[in-house]
Amino acid sequence: MNEIVDLSLIDWSRGQFALTALYHWLFVPLTLGITFILAIMETIYYKTGDPEWKKITRFWMKVFGINFAIGVATGIILEFQFGTNWSYYSWFVGDIFGAPLAIEGIMAFFMESTFIAVMFFGWDKVSKRFHLVSTWLTAIGANLSALWILVANAWMQNPVGMQFNPDTARNEMVNFWDVFLSPLAINKFLHTISSGFVLAGIFIIGISAWFLLKKREVPFAKKSILVAAIFGFISSLFLVTTGDGSARLVAQHQPMKLAAMEGLYEGKNGAGLTALGIFSPTKTDPENDKLHDFIFKIEIPNALSYMIHLDVNAFVPGVKDLLNGNEKEGILATTDKISRGKMAIETLRNYKNALKEGRKDEAFQLKEKFMSKDFQANYFKYFGYGFLTNANDTIPSIPLVFYSFHIMVILGSWFLLFFILSIYFVVNNEIARRRLFLKIAILTIPLVYIAQMAGWTVAEVGRQPWVVQDLLPTVAAVSSISAGSVIVTFWLFALIFTILLIAEVKIMTTQIKIGPKDGGH
Amino acid sequence: MFEQLTHLTLQHYWWAIISLLAALLVFLLFVQGGQSLIYEMGKSKNERTMILNALGRKWEFTFTTLVTFGGAFFASFPLFYSTSFGGAYWAWMALLFCFIIQAVSYEYRSKPKNFLGQKTFDAFLFANGLLGPILIGVVVGTFFTGSEFSISSMNASAWHHPARGLEAVLNINNVALGLAVFFLARIQGLLYFMNSIGNDILFTRAKKHLIYNTVPFLIFFLFFVIRILLKDGYAYNPETMVVSMEPYKYFTNLVQMPVVLILFLAGVLAVLWGIISSVIKDNTKGIWWTGGGTILVVFNLFLIAGFNNTCYYPSNYDLQSSLNIVNSSSSMYTLKTMSYVSLAVPFVAAYIWYAWKAINVKKITEEEVTGKTEGHIY
Repeated sequence: MNEIVDLSLIDWSRGQFALTALYHWLFVPLTLGITFILAIMETIYYKTGDPEWKKITRFWMKVFGINFAIGVATGIILEFQFGTNWSYYSWFVGDIFGAPLAIEGIMAFFMESTFIAVMFFGWDKVSKRFHLVSTWLTAIGANLSALWILVANAWMQNPVGMQFNPDTARNEMVNFWDVFLSPLAINKFLHTISSGFVLAGIFIIGISAWFLLKKREVPFAKKSILVAAIFGFISSLFLVTTGDGSARLVAQHQPMKLAAMEGLYEGKNGAGLTALGIFSPTKTDPENDKLHDFIFKIEIPNALSYMIHLDVNAFVPGVKDLLNGNEKEGILATTDKISRGKMAIETLRNYKNALKEGRKDEAFQLKEKFMSKDFQANYFKYFGYGFLTNANDTIPSIPLVFYSFHIMVILGSWFLLFFILSIYFVVNNEIARRRLFLKIAILTIPLVYIAQMAGWTVAEVGRQPWVVQDLLPTVAAVSSISAGSVIVTFWLFALIFTILLIAEVKIMTTQIKIGPKDGGH
Repeated sequence: MFEQLTHLTLQHYWWAIISLLAALLVFLLFVQGGQSLIYEMGKSKNERTMILNALGRKWEFTFTTLVTFGGAFFASFPLFYSTSFGGAYWAWMALLFCFIIQAVSYEYRSKPKNFLGQKTFDAFLFANGLLGPILIGVVVGTFFTGSEFSISSMNASAWHHPARGLEAVLNINNVALGLAVFFLARIQGLLYFMNSIGNDILFTRAKKHLIYNTVPFLIFFLFFVIRILLKDGYAYNPETMVVSMEPYKYFTNLVQMPVVLILFLAGVLAVLWGIISSVIKDNTKGIWWTGGGTILVVFNLFLIAGFNNTCYYPSNYDLQSSLNIVNSSSSMYTLKTMSYVSLAVPFVAAYIWYAWKAINVKKITEEEVTGKTEGHIY
């Protein structure tokens, strides 16, 4: 629990985590999706014995291998960074957060790394059936890895199944199933993996489109598109459904994030959904430099209220309601939350001091007070606010969250249409003639990566300043190291990951150019 | 089945699991040891390719074990995680950087247009093989020699040395353990080559290097063990939790835990037998003796560090801030929940073993690495 923190340390620590996480996430979604596509392709080969399907499987497996290696390289730092850069956070929530991480290692990583070895090296060493099973287990292992880390992430957005222990000064798990099966965890997992499936589908269609444009490997490309498009289409439906559920859960647990996603300043009944909008540089409120006017926006009347509450006239709070409070809607002002949070921290500190100084009766009374239902519901609930000094700090960067959210939604809608068109063209055997569509398919590859980055920006920037929603802000979670050390490691990571990314892209494009016929390298 | 156990028993159980993961990690460092030998062992391009393809099929196990070790430590002893990782920043960062460069090097080294060139990726593997085991050994050395940190009443930690963990290299015991782990990793790497590569020249060369690496390993290992057994240790009183220095604490731990002593000595003998039988009898199974021995030695070394009321992560800055399995662990509920998950470990070990055997059913040959078979080549 840091008393005085260098703000540049927080910014650089956040920057480093964002940098490493975004680099990692450039590679993870393809792994999540392509492993299942590989398993489907190999299953067809297993069932039909057609060597063309083996060729197809092996080509995409090679592409997967190149992507997977850099995903592993960029992933190791994330786990350890919780400790190196967010030391107090590691203690404050380690009792809950550590468990999914450990389970991820024991159950998922080993499954993935064991069977990936069989998948790569076992073609002429194990039976066809064992090889196929290994490919499926690699896909399941990869997605199980995502499950546990997303359970942990969901817990940070909506801490459940825990109780703060004043003796250890940390949150402790009291119900594993509440943590594991929280609606937010389930929704986050399904939304994230289906986004990975969509990315993999688009990736395969885009590259296959390049082969068709070059008039190379036509049967290979068509078959690849068929599998990827059907897989991607089904995944898109999941993506849309879980995205809808996600917005509802955000409204319930992180209303400030929802207000930022929609650029909603004044809460209202029958709130409209902003379909499009552009912010002006001018501030709408002289006292709050985080709020900017819209130059223009297209709003669908009442749609936000309906989307969130399934009621066209329901109230949706805006940034100002959450900041200044809204008595009618039962919303407490942020300044009040800060006062209550400070009271909770002070009470905890007094308890610890009384214990240390041997004032047992006083310590007992303070603990009783701290653990009482009333104190937990009205004071401890706002524990994290006690670390803040300015109510405006609870507002995330609205333009960044707003634009990211809208880019993600617009692109997500395009992906659904894209898969429908892909299926239509390939089933009607028109795909090779649709040269404009093939070019668009190639251009859709970078778009799906942009959508991925935008999605995580909404999720993570949107919840600022919280590491753990309402309980721990970044300012209190950061390790007490010098900003200079973090600046050095930030640039080292930026340098090494950029070099590795260049290597990955060059190797990948070369292998694609070599194509499946020559077997690549 | 874990419902009846006390919090203290669960803390011991989880320290044993951490010890086992550490032991498996040090065994799997044969990959790093092998990488550090690529230039000495691989005189031609094909030889180097055979060596790296033999190692390349296993590197992920080491990597995954390291990640699982970190995750399990975080989950079971989070105060260690927050104190050591947040404090010894540069030591851990150095370790992580040298593993980052390993992860891509196998896959990318021989791919056309790989941007950095094969020599660079091989150099990355060599650097990982050299620094990885030494850094892990040095960091584990601080479990016996202590670090400069303090813990507040809110359990927030602070590090009090400007080198942020790198100061560990100034302690001769830590360095000795780092070098012992390094040479042990090389020994295991050589034994693995003898086991998995079907090439007479490499077999003979590995045998020769085995002797060269065994001598420094024994020197550094014995130096570390003798120094540790003779030094004062960080003991805590289980009633008052007060930490104090106790003469010959680690030696006392061995004497008071005879099973640990026996298994530790059995491990040392197994390590030596694996080496000796490989040199004298051209045994290709030496890796299993030495590997099994390594697991026993490291497992029991960790038990000496954490059991019998010993602080496994001592503080030289503030003795009372030293971490032990009681004051740094997760809650009883979390340990109990994770204990059920730990029941999956034998199942995981079984399928790893099965897959390992399936992949290693045929030895790696020159023919295979020159692309004349169907396999994936690094």
